[in-house]
Amino acid sequence: MTYAFPEREEVLENGKKVVPFTVNFGPQHPSAHGVLRMILEMDGEVVERADPHIGLLHRGTEKLIEHKTYLQSVPYFDRLDYVTPIGQEHVFVLAVEKLLGIKPPPRGQYIRVLFAEITRILNHIFSITMFCNDLGAVTPSLWGFEQREILMEFYERVSGARFHANYFRPGGVHRDLPEGLAEDIAAWAEAFPKFIDDLETLLNQNRIFKQRAVDIGIVTKEQALEWGFSGPMLRASGVAWDLRKAQPYDVYDKMDFDVPVGKTGDCYARYLVRLYEMRESLRIIKQCLKEMPEGPVITEDRKVAPPQREEIGKSMEALIHHFKLYSEGFHVPAGETYTAVESPKGELGVYLVADGSNKPYRCHIRATGFAHLQSIGEICRGHMLADMVAILGSFDLVFGEVDR
Amino acid sequence: MLPIDNFREEVLRALGSSVLQSAVEGGELTVFVARTRIAEALQRLRDDPALAMSQLMDICGADYPGRPERFEVVYHLLSVGRNARVRVKVRTDEHTPVPTVTGIFKSAVWYERETWDMFGIPFANHPDLRRILTDYGFEGHPLRKDFPLTGFVEVRYDPEQKRVVYEPVKFQQDYRVFDFKSPWEGMTAVQLERENGEEGGQ
Repeated sequence: MTYAFPEREEVLENGKKVVPFTVNFGPQHPSAHGVLRMILEMDGEVVERADPHIGLLHRGTEKLIEHKTYLQSVPYFDRLDYVTPIGQEHVFVLAVEKLLGIKPPPRGQYIRVLFAEITRILNHIFSITMFCNDLGAVTPSLWGFEQREILMEFYERVSGARFHANYFRPGGVHRDLPEGLAEDIAAWAEAFPKFIDDLETLLNQNRIFKQRAVDIGIVTKEQALEWGFSGPMLRASGVAWDLRKAQPYDVYDKMDFDVPVGKTGDCYARYLVRLYEMRESLRIIKQCLKEMPEGPVITEDRKVAPPQREEIGKSMEALIHHFKLYSEGFHVPAGETYTAVESPKGELGVYLVADGSNKPYRCHIRATGFAHLQSIGEICRGHMLADMVAILGSFDLVFGEVDR
Repeated sequence: MLPIDNFREEVLRALGSSVLQSAVEGGELTVFVARTRIAEALQRLRDDPALAMSQLMDICGADYPGRPERFEVVYHLLSVGRNARVRVKVRTDEHTPVPTVTGIFKSAVWYERETWDMFGIPFANHPDLRRILTDYGFEGHPLRKDFPLTGFVEVRYDPEQKRVVYEPVKFQQDYRVFDFKSPWEGMTAVQLERENGEEGGQ
């Protein structure tokens, strides 16, 4: 629908009138990445102002978590950014562990890093190929979804669910890797670079792709810091900042990997940063598989983690623990923490306030995409409508997370 | 990272008299500042060359209905250069506006809108204080503790009127609230004991 702005009418020399108008973009639009509604004030083909209306996918996650036990809260994190389920669980279990004062056993930490990196690749395949899709190239997404399916099979083998894994638990992970999975992941990690190579051959020097991405949506270093950017978005603008290096959690401090940093801050730089991050993630995955020690995967503290099935049959105490953990849940001592992880999209934070009971008193989720999307008005100003679609694609937004 | 106590001294020096109290908990620094001076405090943290808190990562609210000033507004700042975080808090109630910090950090615009939407905390001089996450025409502030989980209205499509209508929430069965204030207090006591025991070691 279009609305005229009579006060902004302009009459040209030849007597023709130029009228700026408003375009309603979305919420049902294939390149709106879910449910984004934007009110665009246009001057011809050029965007003058963009006002995103979000919240169409708001499900009240924070309110729901206040009414659930800590263990019941974990699955809500899978459903925030539904492209990268396990990456979201990570931040919540780390926050709970911090308040409880526990650390998972080494093998549990290695498995968590392994799956956090698998999730990063899962996300970057999606974000790169859907970015191409927004630019009109369908082939990469067809290739990419094939690869994502392999990774989701790993999810399924380890947790029983392709998507909403609910695999990370306060104190470690739910189960050990099933037999043969480590070997299969290792074999996949050997084969996967071929896919990245193909993607690079197809896109890096592709004339159409570069025309749509290079110099589009430039975010300067200052802008990126001021708008609260994080993750690949911040690094593409030339800020070498990665929470895995700066504030390492789990066993990231033992991992040897590089952090790709972009120079130009445009859509192309964001694409390249994500592309090279996939290669670095592969390095981490290989190290995890090589160095992973034997041992328990979840803390032996029976006040936090339930006993194994065999134990329950033999020990009365184990049975009680199991029952209490799955009905009342564990109590977390009063306190508060802001814990952040480098999720595939950037800094995902949880501000968790515990009051000593079995439920969080307040759980605020610092969504990555929320900060990124808010800058779109400034970044898009002066770009063509079609470029705005490219910028949205390169921002890697998922509305489950933005709207919460 | 820097030893947190030195860092705390530096932050307190930069903030001067606007600080009401400060605490370090689990390696995280929290500073309470006077509500009227929040903008000044954040500006000092950002502009102090040694601290350079150049990123405002988050603003959120928290509701404590028992207190005289029921709301806390929590600001999380990050310094990329120093690799340090600081949490700044102010207290307010539902009628007293908090000065906006949108003039200092652009990213505050949406964060403050969200806090207004969820808690009904007004921000003075905010350029665009609309609701952000809830529906057009929504009433109430859902993250307040006195707002029920189920809300007050439910929505459905009415085929006769050919539009979406709002109606009061109807329950098919009573909402179940489980009371876990059980005599089984062993868990909490054990947790607290270990927490205290380990603190010396860390």
